[in-house]
Amino acid sequence: MNWLVPLPVVIPLAAAGLAVAVNQRSRAQRYITVTALFGILAASLAMLVNVSEQPLVVQVGDWPAPIGISLVADRLSALMLVISSAVTLCVLLFALSQALALGDPDSPVAIFHPTYLVLTAGVAISFLAGDLFNLYVGFEVLLAASYVLITLGGTRARIRAGTIYVVMAIASSIVFLIAVALTYSATGTVNMAQLASRIDGIDPGIKMTLEMLLLVAFAVKAAIFPLSAWLPDSYPTAPAPVTAVFAGLLTKVGIYGMLRTQSLLFGEGPADTVLMWAALATMLVGILGAVAQSDLKRLLSFTLVSHIGLMVFGIALASETGLAGAIFYVVHHITVQTSLFLVAGLIERREGTTSLNRLGGLARSAPLLAVLFLVPAFNLSGIPPLSGFLGKLGLLQAGVEAATPLSYVLVAGSIVTSLLTLYVFVKAWNKAFWQPPVEPTPPTRLPPGMLGTASALVLLGVALTFLAGPLYDYADAAARELQARTPYIEAILGVEP
Amino acid sequence: MSGVPGPDLFLVIAAAVLVTGGAYLVLERSLTRVAVGLILIGNGVNILFLITGGPRGGTPIVGLTDEADMADPLPQAMVLTAIVITMALTAFLVAMAHRSWQLYRHDEVQDDLEDRRIARLAAIETASGRSEATWITLDEEAAAVRDETADITEEHWLAEEDVR
Repeated sequence: MNWLVPLPVVIPLAAAGLAVAVNQRSRAQRYITVTALFGILAASLAMLVNVSEQPLVVQVGDWPAPIGISLVADRLSALMLVISSAVTLCVLLFALSQALALGDPDSPVAIFHPTYLVLTAGVAISFLAGDLFNLYVGFEVLLAASYVLITLGGTRARIRAGTIYVVMAIASSIVFLIAVALTYSATGTVNMAQLASRIDGIDPGIKMTLEMLLLVAFAVKAAIFPLSAWLPDSYPTAPAPVTAVFAGLLTKVGIYGMLRTQSLLFGEGPADTVLMWAALATMLVGILGAVAQSDLKRLLSFTLVSHIGLMVFGIALASETGLAGAIFYVVHHITVQTSLFLVAGLIERREGTTSLNRLGGLARSAPLLAVLFLVPAFNLSGIPPLSGFLGKLGLLQAGVEAATPLSYVLVAGSIVTSLLTLYVFVKAWNKAFWQPPVEPTPPTRLPPGMLGTASALVLLGVALTFLAGPLYDYADAAARELQARTPYIEAILGVEP
Repeated sequence: MSGVPGPDLFLVIAAAVLVTGGAYLVLERSLTRVAVGLILIGNGVNILFLITGGPRGGTPIVGLTDEADMADPLPQAMVLTAIVITMALTAFLVAMAHRSWQLYRHDEVQDDLEDRRIARLAAIETASGRSEATWITLDEEAAAVRDETADITEEHWLAEEDVR
C-alpha cells in the first residue's frame, strides 16, 4: 500500500495547477478543489488503516534512503493527515457556501482555491517528510501559501496584519534553515533515520545547540510563549475560513515538528525542563490575554495560544503517556478550535461584528448559533464528558505519573488554565448571547451551507468524545511507536523487519 | 583545488557579516529595509550551507572529476532550493511593501490597534491613581508619537470584506 503515501501531496499540487488553469471558470475551480480534498481525505483514511503493521514509505524517484527524499507515514503522520484533511474539507465547504451566499459566486479572488490546495499540500509534505530538509521545504510551501491567504484582497487591515505574520514566519524559517545547515555539518546527513543513529555520537553541546535551534523554529510556528505575540495580532484579520484553517492546522504543524524531532532525535534531556516552563508560561499568559480581550476572534486567538501550552506539556514529559496525551489533544484541539473560529465567522456574518461590546441577545435571536458556540466552548474548556476533558485528563495523569515537582506545577497550571478558559467563554457567552442587544439587528438568515459545515465540524468534535476509546488506543500506539523509534528508522532505511 | 583543510575562514566571516547586517536591518520599521535585511540573512545562511559541505573540491559530476576530489553535492542541492525559496519570499515581501505604499504612502510595520487600545486603558487606570505627574504615561506617549493607525476607523477594522 506504499503507493498511497505521495497522494496527499500529489493530488492537491496537481489540482492547484488545474485550478489555476481554469481560473476564469469558478464553477470548474470549485469542483476541482472539492474533489481533490475528498481524494486526500480518502487516501489519508486508507493510510490510517494500513499503517498498523509498519510505517509506509516511498523513496521519491527510487533513490535509496539516505540519499533520496523519503516520504514516511507512520501512525502519527496518518492520524494528523486524516484530521487535517477532514478539517480542510469542512472549512473549504464553509468558504464555498459563504462565497455563494454573498451572491456573487463568479467574482471570487481567483487565487483562493489554488492557494488553499497548495497550503494543503504543504501541510501534507510536513507530516510525511522523512528528512529534515524536506520538512523545511514542507513548512515553506505551506507558509508561502499562508502569506497569500492572510493578505487576500490586499486591504489595509490585512496588509498591516500580514506584514507582522510574514516577517515573523520568514525569520523563523531562517532559524530552521540554519539548524538544518548545522545539523548537516555536525552529522553529515539530514535523513531522519540516519540522524537518529548519528546524533548521539556528536558532542553534547552541539547536540543541545541543534535541539534549541529547532525548538525555536518550531516554537515560532506553534506560537509558544515568548514567541507567540505575532499570532493574536495577525490571525483575526484574515477572512473567517482562512483564520479557522490557520488556527486549526498551522500551529499544529509546529507541534508535529516538535513531536517528531524530540521523540526521534533528541529524546529526554535538559531541553525538556525548558519546554516545561515554556508550556506553563504559554498556558497562563495566553489565557490571561484572552481574559482581557473584547473581540471574539482575538479572544479565540489567545485561547489558541494558551492551549498550545498543554500540548507542549505532553511533549516535554517525554513519556509514552505524555506523548499519547499530546497526540490526542492535538486531534481534539484542531477540530474544536477550527469549529469555534467558524462559529465566530457565522456571528460576524450575521451581526457584522465580533466585538463583544456590540453583540447581544444572540441566544434569543439565533438559538442554533448559540448551541454551535456553546458545545465547542465547553469542549475546549474541558467540561466532562467531552473530548477536551478526556485529553486534559490524559495529560494530567501523565503529569502526575512523572511525579517531579515541576510536573506537579504544570498539572496545577493546566487546571488553572482550564478554569480560566471556562471563565473566558462564560464571559463571552454572557456578553454576546445573554446581555440585551445593544441595537436590535434585522434578522438575517444564515446560509444553510455555512451553518451545515460549521455544525458538521462541531459534531465531529462531539464524535471525538464517543470515539475517544479507540482514538486514545491509537494515540497510545502512535506514542509507543514514537518512543520505540526503530519501526520508523527501519522503515526509512528499508530494513526488512 | 583540493587540500584546503576545514572551512574557508573568509566564508565564515562573510556569512557572519551578512547575518549581522541583516539582523540590524530586520529590526527597522520600514518593510523595504526588512526585506533587504532578510535577503542579506538568507544569503549569509546560504554561505553557511556552502561551509557545511567541507573543504572545496571539483565539480561533482561523474566523469568530470575524480571521486576523491569532488565537492559534496548535497549542500549544493539544498542551497539551490533555499535560494529559490528566499527569492520567492523576497518577491512577496516587496510586493507587500509596494501594496502598503499604495495604501498608506509608506511601508512601515505598524503597531497593533488592540495593543494600543489596551495600552491606553492601562494608562488611564494608572493616571487616575497617581499623584505627581513626574513621568509620562503611555497615553501621552502614544499621543506624542506619530500614530500610523489613527486613520483607520474601527468600522473599517472590523468590516467584513467580500473577498471571495
